[in-house]
Amino acid sequence: MGRMTFVGRRLLLLVPVAIGVTIIVFFMVHLIPGDPARTILGIHATPKAIAILHQEWGLNRPLASQYWLFVDRLLHGNLGESLYYTQPAAGLIWGRLPTTLWLIAYSAVLAIVISIPLAMLAATRKNGIRDHVVRVVPLLGLGMPSFWVGLLLQYSLALTFHIFPVTGYGSGIAGHVRSMFLPSLTVAIALAPVVIRSLRASMLNVLGADYITTARSKGVPGRRLFVRHVLRNAIIPAVTVLGINIGFLIGGTLIVENVFALPGIGSLMIQSIFNRDFPVVQGVTLVFGVLVVLVNLLTDVAYASLDPRVRFDR
Amino acid sequence: MTAAAPEPVTPAGPSGAGQPAASGPVLEVRDLQVQIQTRRGVVRAVDGVSLEVPRGGAVGLVGESGSGKSMTLRSILGVLPPEAKITSGQVLLDGTDLVPLPTSALNRIRGPKLAMIFQEPMSALNPVMRVGWQIAEGPQVHLGYNRSRSAERAVELMYRVGIPDPERRFKAYPHEFSGGMRQRVMIAIALSCEPEVILCDEPTTALDVTIQDQILRLLAQLCSESGVSLLFVTHDLPVVAQLCQELAVMYGGQIVERGPVADVFREPSHPYTLGLLRSAPDVEEVRSSLVPIPGSPPSLISPPSGCRFHPRCSFAEQDCSEIDPPLRLLSSGRATACLHYERCLESAQAEAAR
Amino acid sequence: MSATTLVTVAPEHAARRKAQWYRVPALLAGLTLLVIVLAMVIGAPLLTSHNPNVQDLNAILSGPSGQHLLGTDQLGRDTWSRLLYGGRVDLQVAFIAVLFPFVLGTILGSIAGYFGGWVDLIIMRVVDIVVAFPFYVLIIALVFVLGPGESSIYIAITAVGWVAYARIIRGEILVAKRQEYVLAAQSAGLSNLRIMGRHLLPNVVTQAIIYAMSDIVQDILAIVTLSYLGLGIQPPTPDWGTMIANGQNFLTTHWQLTTIPGLAVVVTGLALSLIGDGLADLLRPGQS
Repeated sequence: MGRMTFVGRRLLLLVPVAIGVTIIVFFMVHLIPGDPARTILGIHATPKAIAILHQEWGLNRPLASQYWLFVDRLLHGNLGESLYYTQPAAGLIWGRLPTTLWLIAYSAVLAIVISIPLAMLAATRKNGIRDHVVRVVPLLGLGMPSFWVGLLLQYSLALTFHIFPVTGYGSGIAGHVRSMFLPSLTVAIALAPVVIRSLRASMLNVLGADYITTARSKGVPGRRLFVRHVLRNAIIPAVTVLGINIGFLIGGTLIVENVFALPGIGSLMIQSIFNRDFPVVQGVTLVFGVLVVLVNLLTDVAYASLDPRVRFDR
Repeated sequence: MTAAAPEPVTPAGPSGAGQPAASGPVLEVRDLQVQIQTRRGVVRAVDGVSLEVPRGGAVGLVGESGSGKSMTLRSILGVLPPEAKITSGQVLLDGTDLVPLPTSALNRIRGPKLAMIFQEPMSALNPVMRVGWQIAEGPQVHLGYNRSRSAERAVELMYRVGIPDPERRFKAYPHEFSGGMRQRVMIAIALSCEPEVILCDEPTTALDVTIQDQILRLLAQLCSESGVSLLFVTHDLPVVAQLCQELAVMYGGQIVERGPVADVFREPSHPYTLGLLRSAPDVEEVRSSLVPIPGSPPSLISPPSGCRFHPRCSFAEQDCSEIDPPLRLLSSGRATACLHYERCLESAQAEAAR
Repeated sequence: MSATTLVTVAPEHAARRKAQWYRVPALLAGLTLLVIVLAMVIGAPLLTSHNPNVQDLNAILSGPSGQHLLGTDQLGRDTWSRLLYGGRVDLQVAFIAVLFPFVLGTILGSIAGYFGGWVDLIIMRVVDIVVAFPFYVLIIALVFVLGPGESSIYIAITAVGWVAYARIIRGEILVAKRQEYVLAAQSAGLSNLRIMGRHLLPNVVTQAIIYAMSDIVQDILAIVTLSYLGLGIQPPTPDWGTMIANGQNFLTTHWQLTTIPGLAVVVTGLALSLIGDGLADLLRPGQS
């Protein structure tokens, strides 16, 4: 079975999940206590405005047909109209998506860059002082609220030392890299504890394996041994763990975008919550769901690329 | 006593032509001690082992699991697990002591001078690296070959060890091969930098009998073609008979008997060897019933006083529990560590006469 | 094997475990730290005489002093007492909030694992779907929809958090139900409910308990984050998240307003994580 069939099979398995995602998002409207339209529009809503919303969302019709209406619109790329901006929500979200994608990618890279050396330090000196220090660090990191970390980083590196800009997206590639460093670092710090732990565990596993003894007996020198034999094998389960936690990575961008005033879909969601702009909130939630599903697929593909034993299953 | 082992397919010795008549053994282990720190105490895994491997010869190292034979091999190469340490002794390769060498120096020896083959080829090969590149790695690191040249060499080696269709199988991964093929890959890796000695850690134990035979013939053939020496660890006596000229028997971390294979098989001078021969099935002639050695292997943390084998020995006498017998030379290149070896020889001869 | 023999297996095992808990350093350290934190938070009225909500507009943004141990915030409220009383609220909500997903997830996971078949399929599909959303996205969206406040927090956390427990318990049950004592109980004619409740659950629940420790930390973070955004604990009730939010405008001048509540979260998180790790070491020897 080649790589394409593998991807194809995974895609097929995603369909029920995708459908489920739309169902949940759809039901968000109906979780609202009382009349959804009235609650959304607020106290000052005119009966006319309420009626229009009822009409648009088909709130008078039976549930099933409402759902079909919803899915039908979805397939045409229509996520409803923003109540605040009076623009199609889809366009709003689409415009701000690149920033969030940037943030996700940048954070993943930084998380890996932080984690590999620390895990390596711990695994090669098991039960030594350095190992214990590296094992305590994730315990601290797990308890740190990401927005707090972001604020502290802002305070120290941006406001006090002026190394990085405080907020904003910057312009041009270089500008982005510089402006997005602190927010990405914040998200990476939130993700690193989990990745360090699992990398350390899988490195310990690999270090004890027979093929490492073989490589040593071949006289393979230290650095080459580490990169081509240890790391190459240790990274496989770590990719899985990263993939599992990608949901947290993506969710972490939500708050961080807010703290650093980045024009991504996370900050859009939070703004829309305060603007009581329900269609946008719903739309962003859906996009996040799809994002996670896609990233999980990517992780599976990456895993299959890295581990030849998986590719060839019957 | 089982009938004589099948005709040995042993190499006659170094191929000779153009090689200087080097004197002395290529590998010599002197009084090696390896200890392992555990929570329950210090395990004396290898307790004063000495042996020699002559140039171009094949020496067998036989014993039960836990006798210290694998540890001996690994300490020669310096790939002991982190808890184990060589506490005294020497390992002389062409006269150079390997024990005090730092890892960087050892790495230069591993491959070009000394190589090792392992028991479990599936777990001993890197699962994510193509087989061809694993074979090519040695020449790349030690002989300075570039990618294409090392790849060529790898294909040559694969051909030489009998892997069919080497050009295509170069790109394969270990899990795509059968057990016997993987062991051939290991042998190819070991040969890749033309070492002087190959250490074999039970390479045929995990294989089917027919494949075993193929691999042993391959090893013997390679030995006689290139003059490489073998130190072959196994618990399987017929294998030793098939491949080696000399053997050493290990028990409880010590060597208890040493000598030419045919002689030791015919007339073992240590009760443990006698017991092994009695309990080993001979494929060709199942004449006498199998007699297992009673009791269990000794603790290596607090071994029995005196001779380590005495609790299980049917010839044991009073002094066996008091004196720890050293390995003593007998005539004709044989050595034994039994105080009452004559009784053992008598018993063996009596059985053979039956 | 009679039913009575089955029951005697468990208590023996439990006695062996209890005997050694004080030997695990992580567990000891974590429990000590947690006890300190809880003591401070519960003993708030003894440790401070100020009311956390009383504003004193004459003493805004003051530094540490005899009057105010850690100074005051922008409305003149005493930081130290807000820290203690805020801790009460946050920890109370977190500890309660972890129970509902635990119970719900354990029940659903047991059913899925034990009965298998289409029940398992449906429950696991739902799990997959919930997991498809980032944790915070769902929580925030739910709290938005339900309206901010304490009860929304409980509902949101339960609705999203049960999946982890369901997965863990299901996994454990799948393995455990093949054990001999289960087959013995089934052939003895015990009802499924009794088997699940009295025989399987006590043996599989340890994994969930270990996870619950890290889950409490997650819940504390969620509560604090929601409050930071204004969607969680509503003012004037003190809470660590709101304190951080209030302090962020004064980062350059009075950084302690933002830093200290965060540190409180980190310390509590550390204590709980240590306990979780310690429990894992204790109950699964040889895994560290």
